[in-house]
Amino acid sequence: MVRLNLLLLATLVACALSLVTSRHQARQLFVELDREQASARSYEIEYGQLQLEQSTWAMPARIEKVAREQLKMQLPAAGRVRVLDAGPR
Amino acid sequence: MTAAAAARAGTGPRVPWLRAPLLFGAMLALLALLVARALYLQWIDNQFLQDQGLSRYSRDLEVPAHRGRILDRFGEPLAISTPVKSIWAWPDQVVATPGQLQALAAVLDLDPRVLAARLGAGDVFVYLKRGVAPEVAARAAALGIKGLHDDDEYRRYYPGGEVMSHVLGFTGDHDVGQEGMELAQQSWLGGTPGSRRVIINRRGEAVEDVANIRSPREGRDLVLSIDSRLQYLAYRELKAAVELNQAKAGGLVILDTRTGEILALANWPSYNPNNRNRVAPERMRNRALTDIFEPGSTLKPFTIAAALDAGKVTPATIVDTAPGTLTIGTATIHDAHREGALSVEQVIQKSSNVGAAKIALSLPAETMWQTLSGAGFGAPPKSGFPGEVSGRLRPPKSWRPIEQATIAYGHGIAVNLVQLARAYSIFATDGELKPVTLFKEAGPVAGAPVLKPETARAVRHMLEMVTQPGGTAPKAQVPGYRVAGKTGTAHKLEGGSYVNKYVSSFVGFAPASNPRLIIAVMIDEPSGSQYYGGIVAAPAFSSVMGAALRLLGVPTDAPINQPLLPADGNAVREET
Repeated sequence: MVRLNLLLLATLVACALSLVTSRHQARQLFVELDREQASARSYEIEYGQLQLEQSTWAMPARIEKVAREQLKMQLPAAGRVRVLDAGPR
Repeated sequence: MTAAAAARAGTGPRVPWLRAPLLFGAMLALLALLVARALYLQWIDNQFLQDQGLSRYSRDLEVPAHRGRILDRFGEPLAISTPVKSIWAWPDQVVATPGQLQALAAVLDLDPRVLAARLGAGDVFVYLKRGVAPEVAARAAALGIKGLHDDDEYRRYYPGGEVMSHVLGFTGDHDVGQEGMELAQQSWLGGTPGSRRVIINRRGEAVEDVANIRSPREGRDLVLSIDSRLQYLAYRELKAAVELNQAKAGGLVILDTRTGEILALANWPSYNPNNRNRVAPERMRNRALTDIFEPGSTLKPFTIAAALDAGKVTPATIVDTAPGTLTIGTATIHDAHREGALSVEQVIQKSSNVGAAKIALSLPAETMWQTLSGAGFGAPPKSGFPGEVSGRLRPPKSWRPIEQATIAYGHGIAVNLVQLARAYSIFATDGELKPVTLFKEAGPVAGAPVLKPETARAVRHMLEMVTQPGGTAPKAQVPGYRVAGKTGTAHKLEGGSYVNKYVSSFVGFAPASNPRLIIAVMIDEPSGSQYYGGIVAAPAFSSVMGAALRLLGVPTDAPINQPLLPADGNAVREET
C-alpha cells in the first residue's frame, strides 16, 4: 500500500513537472510567434514603402523626362514611321 | 493621580477600572472595521483591485489594420498608406538644452523659431510635427529630450501627384476619405483596428492569448478603371493645351467604347494631394464630373441622329441654310460662315447652326428629347464618383420653338464632360449607350439601344467627314487612323446672357472603322488668339488619341504617310 502511494506520488510529481515544462514551452513559442508576426507586419509595411518608392520612380512624368533629357530620345515624326503588315495569321 | 505621584507613593500603578475593557472594545471594533473593509473589497467593491491585479499580468493590445490601396487597372499603386510618426509634447514638461533644441529643429526640418514658438505655448498639447518618417522620429528620440513623445499614425501617399488627384481625392486626419474615390469608397478601403487581450511576463512580452476582443478588419484594395499611362498622357496634353490657349480651366476624358470604363479623367487646374497646404478648394473640384457647361455644336450629331432615326431626313437630304441666319420670333440664329444649300452630312461637317435648327424644327420636341435623354443627358452618369451632377435637360413640353432650335446646336442644355463623352458611345457603337464607370470591368459590357444601327453608322460617317478637308477639325486627325468627332465652340452664359467668352470642345473616337476609344476635350475660356474648338481642342484630342492608340496597340486603319491636312488657316470655322 505504501509502495503504491509512493509510486502514485512520484507519478503526480512527474506529471506536475511536465505540465510546468510544457506550459513554459508553450509560452516561449507564443513569444516567438508574436515576434514573427510583428516582423511579418513590419515586412508588409516595408513592402508598401518599396511599392511606393518603385511607383514614384516609375512615374511616366519622370520616365519621359529621363528619356528626353538624359537619353536624348524622341518620338519619330509621322513621315519616318513604317507600318509593316503582319499578313494573315 | 499621576504615574509620578504613584511612584513617589511607592505603590504599583493602579489601572483605572474601565481601561482594559475599553481598549479591548476599541481593538475589537478596529478589527471588525478591517474585516468589514476586507469583505467589502472582496465582494462588493472588487472591480478596482481586480483591474489592478489584471493589469499586472494582462494587457489589451491594439491590432492595427491599414487602409486598402487604390490601384489602376494594371495593379499599379495610385494610393498607399504607410505608418508615420507624429511628434508631440506638453511644452511645460519639456526639458532640453538649447543645443538639443537646435538639433531637434534640424532633425525635424523645422525653422528653430517655429519650434521655439510651439514649445513656448505653455500648458497645452502641441504637435511639433506630424507625419514624419519613422527613421526621423527615431533620430529625434535619440536626442534624449525629456517630455518629447511620438504616436503612430498612417499617412497616405499618392505617387501620381497632381496627375490623378481629382479622381482619387484624398484622406484627412486618421486616414479617413475626404474627397473623390477615397470618400466614395471609404467603407471598402477603410480598415478597422482590432483588439486582443494577452498575458504578459515580467519582461512585458505577450506569452498567452486570453481573448480576442475585436478582430481587426483590414482595408481592401480598390481597383479603378484608370490606365495610369493614359491618365498621364491626358493630363500632360490637357495642361499643354490650356497653357497654350491661356484658358481658365480644362478637362479631358478617355472612355473605352467596349466597356464604358473611364480610362483617364484629367482636369486642369490641378493640385498635389501629397502636399495640399494652401490649395484653393476650387482647384480640387473634379470639373469633368461636377461642373456643367453648355456644349454647343458637339450636340448637333444628336439632333441629326434623332431626325435620321425618325426617318425625317436621310444623310443626302438638302437643307437650305442661306443666308446664314434664321429668325424665330424675335431671336435670330447665325452661322459663323455663310453656306448655301447643304446636305445633312454637310450640316455636321461644316457645323451649320441654321441647318441644325431647321432639322430640329421639323421634329416633334418629344422625339428630340427622347434621343437626348436616351443618350444620357439630364441624368447623372453614375460613374461611382461622389458629387457628380446630372446636367440640365428640360422636359419637352416646356420647349418653345426657339428653345428647340437652340438645343439643336447645344444651347439651352447643360452637360458635364463625362456625360458628353459617354453620349458619343451611341455613335461609336451601333447605337448603344454604354454605362460609364470608374471601376475595372472584367469584359465587354452591354449597352442600352438608343439608335437604329444604320442611323449610328450614318452619323459615324458624318463625324468622320468633320476631320477631313472641308470639315471643322482637320487638326483632330491622327496619322494612321481614321478619326471621327465633332467640334464645339459655345458662348458662355453669364448672368442670363451670352458673353464673348467661350467653351471650346472636341469629342471624338477612333479608329472610325472599329472604334476603341472615345475622347472628350473641353477648354474653358481660351483667351489666346484662337477660340474655335477645331483649333483649340482638336489638337489636344489628336495627340492624346494618337499616343493612346499606339500604347494600346490598336491596329491602324488608314495609311500612315498620307496626311489629309489642308494648309493652315483653311479650316472651316464654326461658332457654337
